[in-house]
Amino acid sequence: MDFTDDQLQRYSRHIILPEVGGKGQAKIASAKVVLIGAGGLGCPVGYYLAAAGVGTIGLIDNDTVEMSNLQRQIAHSVNTIGMPKVESAARTFTALNPDVNVVKIQTRLSRDNILDLIKDYDIVVDGSDNFPTRYLVNDACVLSGKPLVSGAILRFEGQVTTIVPGEGHCYRCLFEEMPPAGLVPSCQEAGVLGVLPGVIGGLQATEVLKLILGKGEPLKNTLLIYDALKTNFRKVRVPKNPDCPVCGGHPTITELADYDQQYCSLS
Amino acid sequence: MTDIQPDRKINIKGLVCPYTFVKAKLAIESMEIGQVLEILLDYEEASRSIPKSMEDHGHTVLGISKLNETDWVLLIRKEKD
Repeated sequence: MDFTDDQLQRYSRHIILPEVGGKGQAKIASAKVVLIGAGGLGCPVGYYLAAAGVGTIGLIDNDTVEMSNLQRQIAHSVNTIGMPKVESAARTFTALNPDVNVVKIQTRLSRDNILDLIKDYDIVVDGSDNFPTRYLVNDACVLSGKPLVSGAILRFEGQVTTIVPGEGHCYRCLFEEMPPAGLVPSCQEAGVLGVLPGVIGGLQATEVLKLILGKGEPLKNTLLIYDALKTNFRKVRVPKNPDCPVCGGHPTITELADYDQQYCSLS
Repeated sequence: MTDIQPDRKINIKGLVCPYTFVKAKLAIESMEIGQVLEILLDYEEASRSIPKSMEDHGHTVLGISKLNETDWVLLIRKEKD
């Protein structure tokens, strides 16, 4: 890759890292990453991936920006309230780094469109805020063999895990079935510290860059749990479940189901 | 030092840190293991920092020489990708 003078300056702190260099920066520039959700997690993940020079960033979100988002969704602003989140975030990311091609996908993810929407990307990042989407994304990534960096936040606690199909656990090895609707409160019901998605999204973006570069040890077979109140990071070993319904030896899930129906309160 | 024939030469006079090392690193990345890079520079600090960084990255510094009041020449052999 031939860098322009602007790119040499922009990426100089990457290029001088032994683990990155010009070759690593070229890998970042040719990478295609799709973000599920342009909210609390999607904003910092996309922001840092744009800064890092990830060539193509897909944004999937069907919502519009609201005032109540601005406590944590840092790619949006008072000037973009009412605008589709994918448009608002795309403007912010492109302003930071015009090298990045941001693909705006304003739609609601479903079993009918997800495989098609993620097929052209190398890595999927889940920053969704509900269980039906989380399981849909997991199953779609396992079925299509896409690496998935999954993040979740609630109140003062966040989780991150990296799923590389065929090389470790998946989300269903960890939690085989969705919790019943209503058992786990949503952000909307329980609240979330505004900076928490910054920490978890920062970790997710780091995992994405490690996967792109092929460096370090991604959080395979591991769930990282962050407790903001105690400032505690805990790694929990998550072995692959040989009987996992989607990634096990004899899977019972071989195509995508109707996740919302399983989770009726959200339909 | 005079009998070492560089495989590639770059002139980074006028550049300051960190771009001195950025240019030197990109040059050496594009070369084959065992090849020698000659770097001409006029930023004094880089005459010390580039050799140190190149060694940190696993390459061998074959020579550092001051040509005149302003210029230095470094010779670096690429040891690994």
